[in-house]
Amino acid sequence: MTTKTVRNVHVRTTINGQEMEFLVPPYMSLLDALREVVGLTGTKEGCNDGNCGACTVDLDGRIVDSCLVLAPEAEGKEVNTIEGMATPQGLHPLQQAFLEEAALQCGICTPGFLVAAKGLLDNEPDPDEHRIRHWLAGNLCRCTGYDKIVRAVEKAAKA
Amino acid sequence: MVISEQPTTQYKVIGTRPIRHDGLDKVTGRAVYGADVRLPGLAFGAVLRSPHAHARIISIDTTQAQAAPGVLAVMTAQDVPARNMDADRIMATEKVVYRGHPVAAVAATDLNSAQQALELIEVKYERLTPVLGIHEAMKPNAQVIHPNFKGDHLGEPVGNTNLATHLRYELGDVENGFKNCYAIAEREVDLATVHQGYIEPHTGTARWDENGRVTVWTSTQGAFGVRDSVANALDLPQSKVLVCPLEIGGGFGAKLAVYLEPLAAILSRKCGRPVKMYMDRQAVFEATGPAAAATIKIKMGVDQEGRIQAAQADLRYDAGAYPGSPVQAGAVCCFAAYDIPNLLIDGYAVMTTKPKTAAYRAPGSTHVAYGVEAVVDQLRTKLGIDPIEFRIRNASHEGGRRADGPMWGPIGTKQVLETARESSHWNSPLEPSNTGKLRGRGVATGFWRNAGRRSSVDLAVNYDGTVALTEGSVDIGGTRAAIAMQAAEVLGIPAEDVIPSVVNTDSIGYTDNTGGSRTCYATGFAAYRAAEIVVQEMKRRAAMLWEIDDNDIQHRDGVFQSASDPELRMNFKQLASRLQGTGGPVTAAASVDVSEAGGAFATHLVDIEVDPDTGKTDVLRFTAVQDVGRAIHPSYVEGQMQGGAVQGIGWALNEEYVLDEQGEMQNSSFLDYRMPTSLDLPPIDTILVEVHNPVHPYGVRGVGEVPIAPPVGAIANALHDATGHRFDSAPMKPGRILQAMGAVKDQ
Repeated sequence: MTTKTVRNVHVRTTINGQEMEFLVPPYMSLLDALREVVGLTGTKEGCNDGNCGACTVDLDGRIVDSCLVLAPEAEGKEVNTIEGMATPQGLHPLQQAFLEEAALQCGICTPGFLVAAKGLLDNEPDPDEHRIRHWLAGNLCRCTGYDKIVRAVEKAAKA
Repeated sequence: MVISEQPTTQYKVIGTRPIRHDGLDKVTGRAVYGADVRLPGLAFGAVLRSPHAHARIISIDTTQAQAAPGVLAVMTAQDVPARNMDADRIMATEKVVYRGHPVAAVAATDLNSAQQALELIEVKYERLTPVLGIHEAMKPNAQVIHPNFKGDHLGEPVGNTNLATHLRYELGDVENGFKNCYAIAEREVDLATVHQGYIEPHTGTARWDENGRVTVWTSTQGAFGVRDSVANALDLPQSKVLVCPLEIGGGFGAKLAVYLEPLAAILSRKCGRPVKMYMDRQAVFEATGPAAAATIKIKMGVDQEGRIQAAQADLRYDAGAYPGSPVQAGAVCCFAAYDIPNLLIDGYAVMTTKPKTAAYRAPGSTHVAYGVEAVVDQLRTKLGIDPIEFRIRNASHEGGRRADGPMWGPIGTKQVLETARESSHWNSPLEPSNTGKLRGRGVATGFWRNAGRRSSVDLAVNYDGTVALTEGSVDIGGTRAAIAMQAAEVLGIPAEDVIPSVVNTDSIGYTDNTGGSRTCYATGFAAYRAAEIVVQEMKRRAAMLWEIDDNDIQHRDGVFQSASDPELRMNFKQLASRLQGTGGPVTAAASVDVSEAGGAFATHLVDIEVDPDTGKTDVLRFTAVQDVGRAIHPSYVEGQMQGGAVQGIGWALNEEYVLDEQGEMQNSSFLDYRMPTSLDLPPIDTILVEVHNPVHPYGVRGVGEVPIAPPVGAIANALHDATGHRFDSAPMKPGRILQAMGAVKDQ
């Protein structure tokens, strides 16, 4: 089997508030579709097996590892990525808090952490430290030891 | 908390916490990393890797792959121009010497076609016995991995051996020293192979153009290092290779080596299109990094007053499939925290059929600190001396000698220990568990020497008073800010008014890797020098405008002023707007080649809790105290200390390569390798001690690496405090703890 023999699938979805449609092979992950087809490379690949959280996106209000979602599964759904987090009015409080608290070093895990943390604060505006650590346990960071990330989320919750 | 010999009040920028210049791009997803490269006509490459840890290649048949749909080019080692061990590491020639060793690569119009074509390549192997352990590789009848290689055994070339290096450092008379000791303790500890674990897998994109010049886009710790390595592998002059460094998603020492870049270049030459390659996580685990496994034997003796009189070490590091291990650094770091008159250190680097090891944050130092700090704990327990008091009594100091010869300059060993003793952590008693768990507290000290080397920085003054800063150091965790801040301090302008850019190898002078904790120190030094040149030239321009002598101009806090006529004054911005007409743009370039930065010491305090039913250890409290020289941007210094400490915690408690008897890694995913998550950890408290480093204008020492040295030893000592057992194998995982406590027979 090669790509040439596979019929592409038509997907219509809403990404960061904008309706769009694209063609993908049926085996393509949402992560690869976002990065390679749509051109939104802010969502990162760290492991491609759902264990690092670098590819976290919001799918219809739930945070998911986009490497574990097939692109055709996004049909009719709303996808929100790191690129949709800031508005023309400015950064999201989480983005601002990450900058102020130095909650990133290399930055590769940062988009995933921000999208995951937003998923928490959207539903629980005042989580305690343990809750934040529990919620973010699906996102790996190898640079920071998580200390400043947790503090930044606490700060953004208070903002 | 920052504790300083010389407070930063004299500075306007140093010691403040501005938002890093590259932060916005990194919180919005706009920053471009290795995997984000897009080029017209881009083809995709994939690598066929050896399924065996050790085998002879009988034949490789690529005929079918070449004919497969979408395939543009196929390569084997025959296409690699260089013939040397590093070229052999990049793609196997006669033998594969680790599982995951590249044997062929394919470029195709899309990644899927390239991956499918790999399945059509037929490789016939004659399997050989894998050599997987240090002990096994050193046996007299061991299978020799590289029959033509000659090792360096105390300066003598020796063939037919897996022992790549044997080195020795000696001070005083160790035999006699032990004779005069009141108490002697000896331990042997071993550490499993671990991975650096950066979240971004390796990438490499290359285009071989019609003029025979190769352009490489990659995420690396050193653009110039990649340039030199690629040029070597392709047998090209360095000027024929241009490297464009992209943002780097973590490295910790393991993104110094090239893996994919030369392969992408060769495939590009064959197919006439740019080729992009990246690794999946399994390939990262199996075929990059890892950090060396080691067996560390330490013997130390003290007199009745608790002064260490003699120490001996036997350090054996697993280099992996090619020479190169942190044995020399390990030998230097081994007893560095202590002032010991009689020393003997033997270091061995041993080759095995595992991936060639790479640097991992203070390479070699964590290993030796594990052994030394356990023996120190044993001795101080025997003498009934407080752990910090014992270390202070024996602390290395200015004027003493490091094992490899150099005399210590001003170092902070003692100040760090005294600060730890005064910390709230040390002064809060460890409360017993009310759920039947066993609690303990541990202390350990570690050392890293911090590199210097070559760096280049260019500055250009903009007419609006901002300054563009161009540097060759890639930014792995906030160095754009730390370097810009040093220039800003000299210029007397805000950190935000210096605009840093990391550029390609055609656009700046040679700059060594971002590694060795050198960047803030050495590249910062170059920024300082360049800024001094700018200030001199700006003074000259002011003198020209005011028609006075250059020497009459003073520059302070960003204001240029005539000494004889204080009415004549302009700030940096005002003067910058007048450069047109006084000679045009003001620019400066500076390059440095600086000596070692002066060593850094760290002492870590840890409280742990062991569940006697499961053997699981939780870290309850952690305090990292470190001599940082001068914290340019304290938030990012704290971040280095916290990140290093947590990597050390992972190394101590759960990380390891689990290999089967054939050398196949059984846990090559993040799920099974299991690095620490946010839920596994408490806050990591930091105390920054600033002991001025006289070889840098602001006293910078380098901070990134030493925090990984103490945690394994500190946790082993805490486990002893909690359980009464000494754990001599890392990771100190639940099975081992239960076994030691007699709960299970076999782990």
